[in-house]
Amino acid sequence: MGEKLLMKGNEVIAEAALRAGCRHYFGYPITPQTEVAHYMSRKMEELGGTFVQAESELAAINMVYGAASAGKRVMTSSSSPGISLKQEGISYSACAELPMVIVDIVRCGPGLGGILPAQCDYFQIVKGGGHGDYNLIVFAPSSVQELYELVVHAFNVADTYRNPVVILGDGYLGQMMEAVEFRDTEPVEHIDKPWATVGTHMKREHNVITSIYIEADVLEAHNNRLQEKYRSIQKNETMVEEYNCEGADVIVTAYGTVARIVKNVIKDAASEGIKVGLIRPVTLWPFPSASFVKYADTPKGFLTVEMSAGQMVEDVRLAVNGRNSVEFYGRTGGNVPEQKVILQKVRDIASRV
Amino acid sequence: MSIVFDRPHALADKPLHYCPGCTHGIIHRLIAEVIDELGIEGITVGVSPVGCTYNNYEYFNCDMVQAAHGRAPAVATGLRRSLPDNVVFTYQGDGDLAAIGTAEIVHAATRGERITTVFVNNAIYGMTSGQMAPTSLIGQVTTTTPFGRKPELHGYPVRVCELLSTLEGAAYIERTAVNNVKNIRKAKAAIKKAFELQMSGAGFTLVEVLSTCPTNWGMNPVRSLEWLEKNMMEHYPLGVYKDVTASAAAE
Amino acid sequence: MMHQIILAGFGGQGILSMGHFIAHAALLEGKNVSWLPSYGPEKRGGTANCHVIVGDEEVGSPIISSATVLIAMNQPSLEKFESSVEPGGIIITDKSLVPVKPSRSDVRLYEIPATEMAYELGNPTYAGVVILGKLTALTGIMTEENFEKALKAILKPSRHYMIPDEMKALRQGAEYECS
Repeated sequence: MGEKLLMKGNEVIAEAALRAGCRHYFGYPITPQTEVAHYMSRKMEELGGTFVQAESELAAINMVYGAASAGKRVMTSSSSPGISLKQEGISYSACAELPMVIVDIVRCGPGLGGILPAQCDYFQIVKGGGHGDYNLIVFAPSSVQELYELVVHAFNVADTYRNPVVILGDGYLGQMMEAVEFRDTEPVEHIDKPWATVGTHMKREHNVITSIYIEADVLEAHNNRLQEKYRSIQKNETMVEEYNCEGADVIVTAYGTVARIVKNVIKDAASEGIKVGLIRPVTLWPFPSASFVKYADTPKGFLTVEMSAGQMVEDVRLAVNGRNSVEFYGRTGGNVPEQKVILQKVRDIASRV
Repeated sequence: MSIVFDRPHALADKPLHYCPGCTHGIIHRLIAEVIDELGIEGITVGVSPVGCTYNNYEYFNCDMVQAAHGRAPAVATGLRRSLPDNVVFTYQGDGDLAAIGTAEIVHAATRGERITTVFVNNAIYGMTSGQMAPTSLIGQVTTTTPFGRKPELHGYPVRVCELLSTLEGAAYIERTAVNNVKNIRKAKAAIKKAFELQMSGAGFTLVEVLSTCPTNWGMNPVRSLEWLEKNMMEHYPLGVYKDVTASAAAE
Repeated sequence: MMHQIILAGFGGQGILSMGHFIAHAALLEGKNVSWLPSYGPEKRGGTANCHVIVGDEEVGSPIISSATVLIAMNQPSLEKFESSVEPGGIIITDKSLVPVKPSRSDVRLYEIPATEMAYELGNPTYAGVVILGKLTALTGIMTEENFEKALKAILKPSRHYMIPDEMKALRQGAEYECS
């Protein structure tokens, strides 16, 4: 057992990245994730790594593209409007198959919106905010400890599949402090990158990192290969927490901080004799559809709770596929779904005949 | 029999796809010759832009990375910071560098990134068929300035070397041209010096090369070279705009 | 037992640090903890609050919907958060800055002239620690020893000279008899 430290989510993200061997960080300041950059700027100087405060998010993501091309473990972090700017580079990176970890500590939108927590960028990240047929691997931690574990995991998964990975958290996850133990739940993998552009050293043909394929058949073949890779990620990398679902009267779906509010509701409901289950997707892509298929006929109804106007609920409905009702409760603007309102919705569903 | 003229090793043995009379081929060759002469092919990583030379990664035998439009200096920053012992260059056109990528080039220069940018200025967008470039001259007819570039409507042409030479992070900035043999040799010398200064850690280096686009200028290659001399060189004077080694020598 | 503590006051009163001290000390006691700051625009507007949860069970939501304790360091904070306190819960106020009592009658109210006491100790910033003394006496949420360890861990070394006085403030708060 290691020591338990009380740390802010954003600082844990940075520390986890360093422990995963990341020595290159490029970013642009934006609330509510700036502590990541503060931590990195200090540590990278001590460790002899690279920290660059870029001139924009556009530049930052392209610096990441460059460092990833050189085969380095590299990270950037931002928040919603900044992630919109990074979409160009993210699409290129997905096509060029560059491993990288992108942290998105979501704030409320649209537009400049506000800096309070939200989950309104699920579509942007999970469905692909950039152009083209691509998928990002998306992790949605719900505690500071899990944040640490998933950041380390993210670097390994990114390298394994040569794919950008996103850590999607809401502002609360970045700002809150919890105990974290830097335990070695997962070894830091060292994956060979013979494709990296580090110079031929006159020993091999040149490597090229590119995302342009002008001929239709060549691009289609590349796309088919990407799709095949995505299928293998779906098969192997889906992560989900199924809690209390067996024989549940109501199954609630939520991710990140909201899932924790739901856990409080589960206790409240239990004291009233209502059994509430929780399906918490840990990977938002690949989405854990199989869990919904498994429990589709179990409850009297599903309820999806989000800090959005209703985004993940679409994936829940697709997975349940009409076999049960799927209701939605969401708050926006930086407001958080209220425990008592969720409880009332649960009661309503449970009281159905 | 001895070979007196050969393809540089760093230049791939492939036919270039450029239009007849286009000077990109010459500039590619100059870079490849410099890489050969410095013996750095094995440690060089080039960054290709968006524009006519989007796929010039096929023409260089060193490792190559293709960048999004205008972002080559940022990509090169990421590469260079990751590969402290390598040599990194970007190859960028006027739209890529002086329009969509203005922020990236200015900040790479001001940070003094140890990269070399070869900036090819032909005063027009070639790839997308002849639109106005930030460097198009006043009065120049393009597909988006059909009545000529007018300052009151389209603003003025950007002088990149003059702009960047004010930045302390810039170590070497020179404007050259490839309109005749003498200037071609000067362009090569400039590119070589830029690479050398990058390798010595002096800072950011950029060589602008005034170039032609016969296809989109609507002229034959010879007339294009004349037009370059008469019009472009007047607005874009050749010369060294910044050289930290010269100022150090003067002190 | 899960302590669900809302701390609120003006920016500059050390509200977030007070929460940090509790969370750190409670972690040393082997408790599960969470600390959630207000980081929204209200921070700039001059008010600050944080939610601290301490308990033996795993912390569910870090957002407190029903507080067991409210620490109100100014009048607007009391007015804003008193409705969040569960029936039978605790409200501790800095009487020096909170002249008007809460409207709730189903809670246990402790009023301490913390700022005045802090001035007597030589530094108004000790007011928060005076209040934490009362909190500790009422709930046993942390030991004096762990509180001192938390101060040492969180305060910059340049401020460690304040620790003896902070400990005195803690004890005075604990011993203060509320009328």
